[in-house]
Amino acid sequence: MTFHPNMPYDTGLHASARQLPDPGEPFAFTPERRARLEEIAAHYPPERRRSALLPALHLVQHQQGHVSARAMEHVAEVIGVTPAEVEDVVSYYSMFYAQPVGTYVLQVCRTLSCALNGAERVTDVLSRTLGIKPGETDASGMFTLMEVECLGACDRAPVVAVNEHWHELVTPEAAARLVDDLRARGPAALSGCHLCVEKGK
Amino acid sequence: MEPVLTKFVHEPNSFTLDVSLTHGAYEGLRKAVTMQPGEVIDAVKASGLRGRGGAGFPAGMKWGFVPKDSPKPKYVCCNADESEPGTFKDHVLMERNPHLVLEGVAIACYAIGATTGYIYIRGEFWHVAAVLEGAIAEARARGCLGADIFGSGFDCEIHVHLGAGAYEAGEESALLESLEGKRAQPRLRPPFPAVVGLYGCPTVINNVETLANVPFIIVNGPEWFSGIGPEKNTGPKLFCVSGHVNAPGVYEASMHTTLRQLIYDHAGGIRGGRQLKAVIPGGSSTPVLLPSAIDVPASFDGVAAAGSMLGSAAMIVMDDTTCMVWAAENLIHFYRHESCGKCTPCREGADWMLRILRKIERGDGAMRDLDLLESVARNINGKTLCPFGEAEVAPVLSTLQHFRHEYEAHIREGRCPLHADWRRGA
Repeated sequence: MTFHPNMPYDTGLHASARQLPDPGEPFAFTPERRARLEEIAAHYPPERRRSALLPALHLVQHQQGHVSARAMEHVAEVIGVTPAEVEDVVSYYSMFYAQPVGTYVLQVCRTLSCALNGAERVTDVLSRTLGIKPGETDASGMFTLMEVECLGACDRAPVVAVNEHWHELVTPEAAARLVDDLRARGPAALSGCHLCVEKGK
Repeated sequence: MEPVLTKFVHEPNSFTLDVSLTHGAYEGLRKAVTMQPGEVIDAVKASGLRGRGGAGFPAGMKWGFVPKDSPKPKYVCCNADESEPGTFKDHVLMERNPHLVLEGVAIACYAIGATTGYIYIRGEFWHVAAVLEGAIAEARARGCLGADIFGSGFDCEIHVHLGAGAYEAGEESALLESLEGKRAQPRLRPPFPAVVGLYGCPTVINNVETLANVPFIIVNGPEWFSGIGPEKNTGPKLFCVSGHVNAPGVYEASMHTTLRQLIYDHAGGIRGGRQLKAVIPGGSSTPVLLPSAIDVPASFDGVAAAGSMLGSAAMIVMDDTTCMVWAAENLIHFYRHESCGKCTPCREGADWMLRILRKIERGDGAMRDLDLLESVARNINGKTLCPFGEAEVAPVLSTLQHFRHEYEAHIREGRCPLHADWRRGA
């Protein structure tokens, strides 16, 4: 389907195309997460429980890394909407993953301020080091590489978010070191972030 | 200008209630609850405070649109989606001065007769959301929020709502959809949110920085506020400067400050002593300006007169190593990714513009593609439900206007003539 004879349809998946979510394993919230969800749901009027849908999906992702079809069914039941409505939301928001991802999701901000400061080269180095293209997970299942749009930290460009931890002012060399460090030290390698250091966390 | 909003953000533990109280936190709310709600709205109107999210709409007027006789509950939504590329000012306020933001939300609630405020924060700011939640707990424990604030009988609860990665959620009606647990897609207006907003109830939606100004207007008076900056562009303002500058960051100044002063005085000038090539003055949705246009006040009206918009006051500075076709392609990639898909011209147009730009940038373009590109852009403009359409054509139309020769050079030479060493494959 091309709109213009000279232009291959090369910009990736069209926004309206449906990609089936991973079916996944049987899913239920842990009692702690279920209790947390009810705390959050109390922020909204009782008849507006659907407002807790995004928070519920964040909790799913904390629990199993991605939002599988089975998890969508569970969330639908807990929130009181249909599984189709849940999938509708999951497929819209870029932070929700409907497919399994690696232990560490490396998200390189690719938008202008980061790009002006070398984000493209950071992505290339990570791609070479891991042997995968953006959007892919490596064979070990440890790393997923992604290019994401503006993370809102343009003064500390380029930014690479690793799961929820931001690494700032990342040079291509630092990006390669980060991969080695994550392999060697695991989550301890995430403690070098600007915000974590400043808050003493 | 002495910093107002960011006065103590560099102090250790500036986010705690104890430190904030030493700088007068919640004094505005304490005073507001002794006033009539209408007086609070009048003060904000008199101050001339204009919305800091991008549109520059007068905040007091927005509050005044909320019907006073509605039997429905009313809501305040603080727009903390902060997704406009180049913008990182609200981030600083929420992370370093969260009590100021909470105080602003509470005063807005009081003014319009709401008892619940939601702070809709982008999902990637999970750590900032945690700071805000901590601040809410502290403020409730000391009676600055919650039931019967300062013994006035006014109740106010504020909740933080985490988004999940959608630029469009920063558009106010899409924000409401997202808060209701749906896709962040804009609503048809009218009715406007002030009448039919969250859950079909009257709702005021203001940007973080807009609300952060409100406590100072109440404490110091509207005359103090309107005495800062040029007429109709009043009050302290946060400016974000990023890109090829020596000292990127958030700078607080009056709107008398020129774009040149922000780039060369505040942000330390162009990196490596290079020449300025272009600047996006107000976030990626605002037209690119040439160096010859930067001696204007960084105000809503000043930047508009120069042919662009102040937007979210987010300057992206580009030096002479930057290829403007590449820059346009980079931003259109963003808009294509973030288009919510509701309106056909925006959804399909972004995709089409990206394909044309890629073709030109990699050296396969033809001169007729420039007319096609412009035609696609002009057919998006003004044909969408929300301002996203105008936003996504700004980088294309403004670079075509000011840098057409660069597009033509790509086509003539069959390659990108300006491939800087900081780019891919350099």
